[in-house]
Amino acid sequence: MAANVALLGEAPFLILQLLLDGLMIGAIFAVAAYGMALVWGVMNVINVVQGEFVMLGGFITYQLTLWGVSPLWGVPVAAIVLYFIGASLHHVVIRRVADRDMFISLLATFGLSILLQQLMNQIWGGDVRTAQSGLGTWFLLDYTVTVSQMKVAACGGAIAIGGVLILFLKRSRLGQAIRATAQNPRAARILGIDTNRVFAATYGINAALCGAAGALVVMAYSVHPYIGLPYTVRSFMIVIVAGLGNLPGVIVAGLGLGAAENFAGFILGVQYQVAFVFILLVVILVIRSSLLQRRRQFLK
Amino acid sequence: MSAQLAIQGATKHFGGITANEDISLEVPEGRVIGLIGPNGSGKSTLFNSIVGYHPVDGGSIRFEGREITRLRTAEIARLGLIRTFQQTHVFVRMTGLQNMAISDAEAGHGLFRLMRPVSAETRERAEALLAFCGLYGKRHLMAGELSFGQRKLLELAMALMVRPRMLLLDEPTAGINPTLINGVIERLQRANREFGVTLFVIEHNMRVIMSLAEHIHCLAHGRLLASGPPEALRNDQRVIDAYLGAR
Amino acid sequence: MTLRRQPLLMLAVAAAGVALPFVIPDYRAQIAMLWALVIMAQTWDITGGQTGYNSFGNILFFGVGMYASVVVQRDVGLDYFPGLVLGMVVGAGIAAALAVLLGSMILRMRGHYFAIATLGLGIAAGEIAGGWDYLGAGSGLSPPLFPAPPGTANLFFAYLFFGLAALVFVLLAALYRTRFGLALNAIRDNEDKAEAMGLHTGVYKVTAWTMAAFVLGLVGGAMGNMLGFVDPRDTAFAGATFGVWMVLMAILGGKGTLWGPVLGAVIFHITQELLWTHLLGWQRVALGVIIVGIVVFFPQGILGWARTRWPARHEPREQGSERA
Repeated sequence: MAANVALLGEAPFLILQLLLDGLMIGAIFAVAAYGMALVWGVMNVINVVQGEFVMLGGFITYQLTLWGVSPLWGVPVAAIVLYFIGASLHHVVIRRVADRDMFISLLATFGLSILLQQLMNQIWGGDVRTAQSGLGTWFLLDYTVTVSQMKVAACGGAIAIGGVLILFLKRSRLGQAIRATAQNPRAARILGIDTNRVFAATYGINAALCGAAGALVVMAYSVHPYIGLPYTVRSFMIVIVAGLGNLPGVIVAGLGLGAAENFAGFILGVQYQVAFVFILLVVILVIRSSLLQRRRQFLK
Repeated sequence: MSAQLAIQGATKHFGGITANEDISLEVPEGRVIGLIGPNGSGKSTLFNSIVGYHPVDGGSIRFEGREITRLRTAEIARLGLIRTFQQTHVFVRMTGLQNMAISDAEAGHGLFRLMRPVSAETRERAEALLAFCGLYGKRHLMAGELSFGQRKLLELAMALMVRPRMLLLDEPTAGINPTLINGVIERLQRANREFGVTLFVIEHNMRVIMSLAEHIHCLAHGRLLASGPPEALRNDQRVIDAYLGAR
Repeated sequence: MTLRRQPLLMLAVAAAGVALPFVIPDYRAQIAMLWALVIMAQTWDITGGQTGYNSFGNILFFGVGMYASVVVQRDVGLDYFPGLVLGMVVGAGIAAALAVLLGSMILRMRGHYFAIATLGLGIAAGEIAGGWDYLGAGSGLSPPLFPAPPGTANLFFAYLFFGLAALVFVLLAALYRTRFGLALNAIRDNEDKAEAMGLHTGVYKVTAWTMAAFVLGLVGGAMGNMLGFVDPRDTAFAGATFGVWMVLMAILGGKGTLWGPVLGAVIFHITQELLWTHLLGWQRVALGVIIVGIVVFFPQGILGWARTRWPARHEPREQGSERA
């Protein structure tokens, strides 16, 4: 571990390499986190199945490549398929738990997460899958730093997807209805907004967002039925750190997390990278709670 | 002998808003003291500061000669300084008797003293106090099934179960059916007389506070505006203006 | 919860526990697993049901117990049974110490933040164990062989887990009758008020979680030996199976009741065993459906449902006081 830190000091290009890789995957984390914040803010549901949506988007794209379709089509196809899956899950499960105790919705989405993991495992098997995009690699700084063109494309794709979503929320009627509902569901209902449809659309849009992100993940990185949960936890941490409805915060926290994770993976060893994510989660929650202790709610 | 509760220059800000500004007042032992003031004048904030929900930014609070400004809520409660709330707070999925049993500070709140069943003494005292508050017949009902007024009475009984030295009562008659209000007043007076509990009462109902308190402090805009016996305060032009919204 | 026929019920369960391994000897492993699941559900309910602190990560203590026990058995060099006992106790001790340490940090969080923090702990533990060579890293550890013919091992563990389950049940029944039990319920109903009444809520929460951790450490230690292998993610820190099952079983039976977790575990285990044989390959998918189904459509659990259906059959709750 100390040797790895020393190595970083001796080889600054390694720092650049880790930073670049971290920021590029961080953009994808930020997209998933933005979707989680959307569902959390509008419906008051912490969506534990977030990461499985990402994985599912990746597997759908992988399936397209098996059928000989270019994985680039995976981005729109996964988004559309996931939209309908999300909206159906909302109809069957989420709408029945959304207004209950938050633990119930937490447990229900955790159950969905296990269900989707097992379904994906059953359909696509327990192997790591990737979809070849056919893009190459750039070598920079005298071959000391490598940049996968697909990772750059994925990062750009993530930014584009986020941009489309923000435009959609600002400009479209549905987007405005979603934002109105987030601010005050009762007032929205009085104004004639069908909040149940808004909730279904919100949940579907979040799933679509994750699906598109998953398509990028399978091209630039890889997917596996059981590695969705880390994506959920990353999204959750980013939202906690940035706060709901803080877009710049989500972007900064997402990129920061990507970089932090890459450095931690290098220093601690790659086998501890996931452990780092989950311990970071606990640390962030502990810090948050001790900050809140100072200005906590009191009874009326 | 100094006052049982002595507040010196208590000041509390929330962000840019000043909720309490340099408030000094005393509550002598064994008395019934009122605290009035229009909405937002800082009464509940002062109560919260006293019982340690949020420490004051400046000034000091002493209870029975002991500095409690920096103590935590539960520590202050264990000194016998208990507050009740505007909204009722009882343990809704426990019976009245269980609510009482857990409030028995005498039986101990230390881990080892908790590790035993409810004693016969606790139970007797609980039943007596429930009877005192007119809830004996409902002692096996879940507290959540009681009406709002009954819950307020249960909360009073729980507070008395602690054998408090002083009760801070935040609007004890708010939201209660008018026909029950006299019952509440009478019980508070008896608690004061028979159990020797000092009462420090926030109240909006002027009839209640005038008949209950011997001495009243009036807050406005976070400051102590006037103090005096009920009759004097009732006729004090500053108090009238504060309530009518004039400056 | 007080059923009028409670002593009779306890007698019936005890008789079943003693007789079952000989009535259906082919199912000894499943019987042992049943009692282990009963304990997991019971201990989860100490914080989850009684105190209102829903943990997703109690599997942490189970896994720590499992690893600690096998490491002690591997490194101390005792015979099988003394080694097992020492290992279980050491594992339980470490689990309890972890609960004190972690609990004092994360039990200050309210509600769902606590749940998510515990989820993180459970998974982090699995990941750390999976990378740590001293613990066999990704390939895990193997406990020593049971020093008797294979069938007797399951018999031994069936009775071990049954005895432990019965002991835990009796202790919890007594605990929930004390004022400590009431204090836990008070925290569940209104923690701020409990503090305002002078209760040391932080201490009680940590104590409750530590009790659960200690027992789970014991169960984990024995379970590693029964299963015959310790795998970081599949048996020890198995959040997707044991970890979520214990929550589910308590909810299915009825959170915050004495019998609910027991009932939930029995029904869940039998259902699961039936599924196992009929749904080749799809059992885990079906389990996911069951989890979601129970949470969505039946969150109050069997006893919660029974209480609203037949309120007259239940006496007023008399926890912690003798009847007048």
